Amino acid sequence: MNELDELEAASIFILREAYNRFDDLAMLWSLGKDSNVMVWLAKKAFYGHVPFPVVHVDTGKKFKEMYDFRDRYTDEWNLRLITGDCPPVEDMDPTLPPAARSAARKTAGLKSLLEEYGYTGVIAGIRRDEEAVRAKERVFSPRGEAAEWDFRNQPPEFWNQFNTEFPPGTHVRIHPILGWTELDIWRYVRREGIPLVDLYFAKDGMRYRSLGDQDITSPVPSNADTLDAIIHELETTNTSERAGRAMDHEAEDSFERLRRDGYM
Amino acid sequence: MGSDVMTASEPQTDPVKLVIVGHVDHGKSTLVGRLLHETGALSAEKLERLKAISAKRGQALEWAFLLDSFQAERDQGVTIDVSRIRFDTAVRPYVVIDAPGHVEFLKNMVTGAADAEAALLMVDASEGLKEQTRRHAYLLRLLGVEQVAVVVTKMDLVGYDQQRFSEIARDVRAYLQELGADPQVIIPISAREGENIAAKSDKMAWHDGPTVLEALDTFTPRCPLAFMPLRLPVQDVYKFDERRIIAGTIAAGQLRQGDTLLFSPSGKTARVESIETWSAPEKLEAKVGEAIGVTLDRQIFVERGELASHIEEAPVLTNVFRGRIFWLDDQPLKVGDTVKLRINSMDAEARVQAIERVIDTESLAGGGADAVNRNEVAEIVLRTRSMLALDEARANPETGRFVISRNFRIVGGGVISMEGYPDQREAITVRSTNITASESEIDRSARWRRNGHRGGVYWLTGLSGSGKSTIARETERQLFLKGFNVYVLDGDNVRTGLNANLGFSPEDRAENIRRVGEVASLFADSGTIVLASFISPYQSDRDRARQAAGDSFHEVYIKADLSVCETRDPKGLYKKARAGEIPAFTGISAPYEAPEAPECIVDTDADTPDESAAQLVAYIEKVCQLTD
Repeated sequence: MNELDELEAASIFILREAYNRFDDLAMLWSLGKDSNVMVWLAKKAFYGHVPFPVVHVDTGKKFKEMYDFRDRYTDEWNLRLITGDCPPVEDMDPTLPPAARSAARKTAGLKSLLEEYGYTGVIAGIRRDEEAVRAKERVFSPRGEAAEWDFRNQPPEFWNQFNTEFPPGTHVRIHPILGWTELDIWRYVRREGIPLVDLYFAKDGMRYRSLGDQDITSPVPSNADTLDAIIHELETTNTSERAGRAMDHEAEDSFERLRRDGYM
Repeated sequence: MGSDVMTASEPQTDPVKLVIVGHVDHGKSTLVGRLLHETGALSAEKLERLKAISAKRGQALEWAFLLDSFQAERDQGVTIDVSRIRFDTAVRPYVVIDAPGHVEFLKNMVTGAADAEAALLMVDASEGLKEQTRRHAYLLRLLGVEQVAVVVTKMDLVGYDQQRFSEIARDVRAYLQELGADPQVIIPISAREGENIAAKSDKMAWHDGPTVLEALDTFTPRCPLAFMPLRLPVQDVYKFDERRIIAGTIAAGQLRQGDTLLFSPSGKTARVESIETWSAPEKLEAKVGEAIGVTLDRQIFVERGELASHIEEAPVLTNVFRGRIFWLDDQPLKVGDTVKLRINSMDAEARVQAIERVIDTESLAGGGADAVNRNEVAEIVLRTRSMLALDEARANPETGRFVISRNFRIVGGGVISMEGYPDQREAITVRSTNITASESEIDRSARWRRNGHRGGVYWLTGLSGSGKSTIARETERQLFLKGFNVYVLDGDNVRTGLNANLGFSPEDRAENIRRVGEVASLFADSGTIVLASFISPYQSDRDRARQAAGDSFHEVYIKADLSVCETRDPKGLYKKARAGEIPAFTGISAPYEAPEAPECIVDTDADTPDESAAQLVAYIEKVCQLTD
């Protein structure tokens, strides 16, 4: 097995564990490369089926290409899609910096969706190498009654045994691709032929490395217009993936505050 | 063209997962930051951010802040949780796991170290070996991390003194050797100043060993357990379409299409018909580490928790084992506690039978105790009701370990030893290949001894409405609570399954009782107290049941007058029978032959059901006692 095979096998194990242990399970599908890889891994784990709903928490501010992609692959992949709206930014914590405050809408949208559907297991496509605070996550990460992350008191997790039990009123976030890097994702996309939104590929010297809301995500200079070119670019780059995500850079702890309150 | 490019940039070398452990404030995070810097793993942007965060706190460049990403970590100068980050040397990539050294966060250290293939154990040159240094060294052994290099850091604080280094190196070596470990190397460094990290230090020219990066490159990735006996824990069984797929990740060994698999503890066998795939080429064999799904050549009932192997190299079967554990819960673990045990994909309730030793990681001494407290390591004995399929840790580190959970959280883990306990598979495997001639090699008395009581058939006969079912259920409940293996057979549980093809003709009634008699006899033989509750109006039918069960048969007459039963009439059957709606109703339109010589008579005319049950419980308790 090469490294991609090992990552794939580890993720399949986690998805199967989640499916076995949680009756009310859903997968967050943000339409980005990471969550498409996750859907693909689910199809591998369950032999062509995705036996739980995929949830799109819709800020209403995504790119048109993303909505088109969603509609096409919901059909093509035979997904059970559930969408949820987000409250207006005015309802968010005003002490947060502007972009983080805007991003917090997604947390609020997710929370109300959890309440509506009663999910106790929520699969999310975050990765340790994206952001230092995410690096401290567990694969199965318990959340409190207000969906908050008690990072000071995370339970131990070892030997492929996960914290799959939870008190009533709480839920568990499940992170099947936590150990993947951005490069792993792209190499896997290439190996498996996983479809992606076009915005990742360079047009007129710019491309999106990470896709968020239109108003708080900016493209980075790049000429990488094919999978091979993107992989080559990443093998040599020295800037981080989320450089184009405004909310990460406003204050030292803005991302930490977002995550503590239940952000993905 | 595409495939050429693909091969060229697929990573050829697997990363080694490296954990950095040691006492709090001995410079772990600083070393990691320095390693990242020296190997060019830091983005320009991260370095800028690091400078800003350091400056804000009025400090020079603080490498530790790279990994201490929580504000609380930076403000308090301690690492709270594990973080992971990648870097490459010329030889291979590494995933470095920075684990906290504060005893408060030992569970996080365990989380990080359990995943590692190699470790750097940090010792502060100015402080020497401390409590957490020793504890971490001990836990590395327990967690199975065999490759360890020791790094004596902050050498700048002791003036790069060789004498000081030698003293510490001697202490470390002595302690590790007592643990049965052999440190590969001991390296004097200064992480802050970058001495002996990537390049040899001028200030410590007396050190003739490797630098940290050189030492790392001598480590090897964990050897996968490919050439060991097959172990495939059943994770789930899928039936999304016409296929029935047994899913799991191979923990050791390999399997091929056509192999016969033995599922333990159930003991069922079947052949692998196919190894299923989706969007991947056809597969005829699978190896350790692969997450697979197989279909079988015949429909056997297997479920999550079973451990598949080849027949010749089966895992141990047992319901008791020794565990060397670490305990991470605030609440101590006590003798007699019931905990949730997870071994591979199996869950079981286990009782702490004994705590044989709580180990002092300072002195490595230890003795018996009533409880294991938080962050302690201990040797305990665990016993389960159900049979477990497992391996000893020394035979297979992967399937020879377990975790314990309590109150929704994993709170401990350990490795398995069977020292002093037999593999029970030996005792229950039929050695003869001639099945018709084979007999169980466990005799009845062995089962009785393990249960602490005799098995037996208690045959409750009586008219409809005499109170058989009520008494049987209450007796079952009371005996169960007292720890007896007890089970009720009645019309409700045999008529719907075993005897679903039988009606109420005299022939069918006789066959109904015959089958129940045989089944009850098997239950009794297996050590269970069976309460068979049936009207069974014919003495000849009851005699046949007695014949099946032999000397463990007890006829219990639940005695009540027909008139009393008719007034009770709980299901309104007598009324219907009197009205002629039910033909051949016992006592009305068909005979009831009262027992000629019952072992026990329970008269329900006068007594309440509770009194009657108490009478029966007392009788059973008396006769099922073991004599020796």
